[in-house]
Amino acid sequence: MELKETLLSSYMAFDAQDGPQRKLQDQRAAAIEVFEQQGFPSNKEEDWKYTSLRALTKVDYSVFPKEEVSLKLEEVKQYILQDVDTYKIVFVDGIYNAYLSETTHEGADICLLSAALTKRKYAPIIKKYFNQIAEKEASLTALNTAFTNEGAFIYVPEGKQVEKPVQIIHFATTKNPKLLLQPRNLIVLEKNAELQVVERHQSLSDNTTFTNVVTEIFTEQNAQLDYYKIQNDQSQASLIDSTYIAQQKHSHAKVHTFSLGGKLIRNNLNFYHKAPEIISTMKGITLIEGEQFVDHHTLVHHAHPNSESHQDYKGIYAEKATGVFNGKIVVEKEAQKTNAFQKNNNILMDDKASINTKPQLEIFADDVKCSHGCTIGQLDEDALFYLQTRGIPKKEARGLLTYAFANNVLQSVQIDSVKKRINKLIAEKLGVNIGFDV
Amino acid sequence: MAYTEEELKKELETKEYEYGFYTDIDSDTFPVGLNEDIVRAISKRKNEPNWMTEWRLDAYEKFLKMEEPDWANVTYKKPDLQSISYYSAPKSQVKYDSLDEVDPELLKTFEKLGISLEEQKKLAGVAVDIVMDSVSVATTFKDTLAEKGIIFCSISEAIKERPELVKKYIGSVIPRTDNYYAALNSAVFSDGSFCYIPKGVHCPMELSTYFRINQAGTGQFERTLVIADEGSYVSYLEGCTAPARDENQLHAAVVELIALDDAEIKYSTVQNWFPGDKNGKGGVFNFVTKRGICHERAKISWTQVETGSAVTWKYPSCILKGNDSIGEFYSIALTNNYQQADTGTKMIHLGKRTKSTIISKGISAGHSQNSYRGLVKVGANAKNARNFSQCDSLLMGNSCGAHTFPYIEAKSKTAKIEHEATTSKIGEDQIFYCNQRGIDTEKAIALIVNGFSKEVLNKLPMEFAVEAQKLLEISLEGSVG
Repeated sequence: MELKETLLSSYMAFDAQDGPQRKLQDQRAAAIEVFEQQGFPSNKEEDWKYTSLRALTKVDYSVFPKEEVSLKLEEVKQYILQDVDTYKIVFVDGIYNAYLSETTHEGADICLLSAALTKRKYAPIIKKYFNQIAEKEASLTALNTAFTNEGAFIYVPEGKQVEKPVQIIHFATTKNPKLLLQPRNLIVLEKNAELQVVERHQSLSDNTTFTNVVTEIFTEQNAQLDYYKIQNDQSQASLIDSTYIAQQKHSHAKVHTFSLGGKLIRNNLNFYHKAPEIISTMKGITLIEGEQFVDHHTLVHHAHPNSESHQDYKGIYAEKATGVFNGKIVVEKEAQKTNAFQKNNNILMDDKASINTKPQLEIFADDVKCSHGCTIGQLDEDALFYLQTRGIPKKEARGLLTYAFANNVLQSVQIDSVKKRINKLIAEKLGVNIGFDV
Repeated sequence: MAYTEEELKKELETKEYEYGFYTDIDSDTFPVGLNEDIVRAISKRKNEPNWMTEWRLDAYEKFLKMEEPDWANVTYKKPDLQSISYYSAPKSQVKYDSLDEVDPELLKTFEKLGISLEEQKKLAGVAVDIVMDSVSVATTFKDTLAEKGIIFCSISEAIKERPELVKKYIGSVIPRTDNYYAALNSAVFSDGSFCYIPKGVHCPMELSTYFRINQAGTGQFERTLVIADEGSYVSYLEGCTAPARDENQLHAAVVELIALDDAEIKYSTVQNWFPGDKNGKGGVFNFVTKRGICHERAKISWTQVETGSAVTWKYPSCILKGNDSIGEFYSIALTNNYQQADTGTKMIHLGKRTKSTIISKGISAGHSQNSYRGLVKVGANAKNARNFSQCDSLLMGNSCGAHTFPYIEAKSKTAKIEHEATTSKIGEDQIFYCNQRGIDTEKAIALIVNGFSKEVLNKLPMEFAVEAQKLLEISLEGSVG
């Protein structure tokens, strides 16, 4: 049976079950219809031109975990930020793990979507925000909506600054192979609220796993969001990450994406401006090797005047790795005085590596400053030679230069512990000892 | 009185197509519609050899299996191919010895367009192969070119006289199945130009053709084939103006360039088909396939100034097959009122050390939509390939749109590719600065637009640069001095 068919019949079973999903009957029914009609996207669609899901959809995935797995802290310690105090929402094979988590309802609600769906007090929030900004016609997002059941729920009330970063971690274990995980996150920042989030998907074995995650984020007036995605998974783990952010006046949303490993990663990062004077920032480092594949699709939809967007994506591709970057900036007629900047720099380290990039501008307003720049190149041979003459071995010199190339993006990371961790990961990947901290 | 942007906008809106007139000449027109018999009839009318008829029929068969593409960023009512007449030739079939014998009505048309043949002959030293509707009616300077061994004639003549060259190269760069409109063109092309430059010959003059659509309801399907043999050089100019028409007219041309080892082809276009009136009514659909292939150390340079057409869909491309070959693309696309342009280039790097440069300038005004769509592709064997692309857009008013869709695909670690694009409007401070120096706003905008397009205008041959500037003026009349 094809995966699509499997999923459609799993939906029937899921629909019949008792659970928090009952609250969303209508929305889920509409969503499964979209998925049934469209199926998995094919290469014939412009947005999926360079990204093939064929291999992925050949696997017979199951949406239900067979057993609940408990993990010891020692087993997963290395994947959790330890040197900083954080809230944690941890899922193991899609099921919430209370032992590893640390949630709260004091000041802000940092808990589970399943809880928010069932408790009456959250009903108005769910009604106002759930599935409001996610693209309804995108088939994979619709698939996620149809199977909405669990995920992180964060609600930061007016004026509240969440003092600790929140870690959202999804583990996939050996006990449930070929599992299709579809977490659904909802994050709402009310007026003047502030929040930092670190999200990670981690497979604990080399089992085939496939995660199709959807995150909806709402930043109300003057809210500040700082979001980090760490993607450093095993070689058989695939991830499709769709993030939708709706911003209100004076809000600032920043998303950093570090794509350092996995079989196939597709990031759909979408910013929608709902009022004037907004800042959106998205940055990323991609450093992959082997036959890994990373695809970044970004969209900034400028619909109101006096807003800014900044994009800076660096890609380093070694061996047979393939990268895709598609950055789209839309500036509507009303969005006068928009400043939109986009930069995408890539280095190909080996002959079998390849990169497809498409920076795209669609502009309907005249009083704007929009630019995009894109380069593909190599490390500067002269700089390499210079370092060698100073007694730095070639390998280290290459590492240093590559590191410097990506460093621009690291500098804007606000959480020290994240910065250190990424730093370490990059140094490991490059096989060098950088010898200093950033 | 100070000239404001408001007034400029008003002027732009009321600006009618200046060259919109219709010449009353008897035309020999085929019945409307498209079928195998029409394809045969065109071929027969042109006294073509059998292999050509077969080639056309084969293309037609392939065409039937294809669908009209809709990925471009343009919206239009798809032309009904069954309501077009596929062949139209001015009735007088005699070849003229001198211009006096040419139908005076025809000469008047040329005069109105400002291209007096005599003047061109004497002053500019340009050999003009004029295509009025579909058949060549005048070829000049042929003898001078013949001395050097250069063949410059209509493609129907070439099919008859140099079949070996045509047979070898036609469809070699743009196969008949390349796309819907290329297939259509291959089946029904009426005429066009053929040019062959022998080994080592530097063509002493700029070769030029003028195309225009004249007969009401006549589709035009030109076919151009330029072959530059080893070590030769040619500069080829193509320009168009078309009379005003209410129903949409279709123009689906195919241009193939072949630059053999060490050859260089410079192909310049000024395109000014009727863009439709200020309400977006009428205008020409310009769906053109242009492509060149560069062999070892060869160079192809495309320069285009696009001001006309209701809908433009055109991507002059270079296949950089030979090592050390060079491709260039310089373009100005100006859209006004309800015009839509989706244009750009493809640079396919296959050979080692191949280089390409793309400079694209888009200017959109009124309610127009202007898109740049480009592809830079570096194959795995294209070691040390180099590309530089720059796309700048200028917006005038907030009812128009400027879009860029650059595709970049690199499969070689030694590739160096740079792409940059900017979008902006004419700065108020720039205009203020000019005003302050006693330059009125109209002149200031002219200066700025000229400066904005200069990089491309500079690439045009002298005579053409003048005409191109004139076209920009007409299209943005009132603003450009």
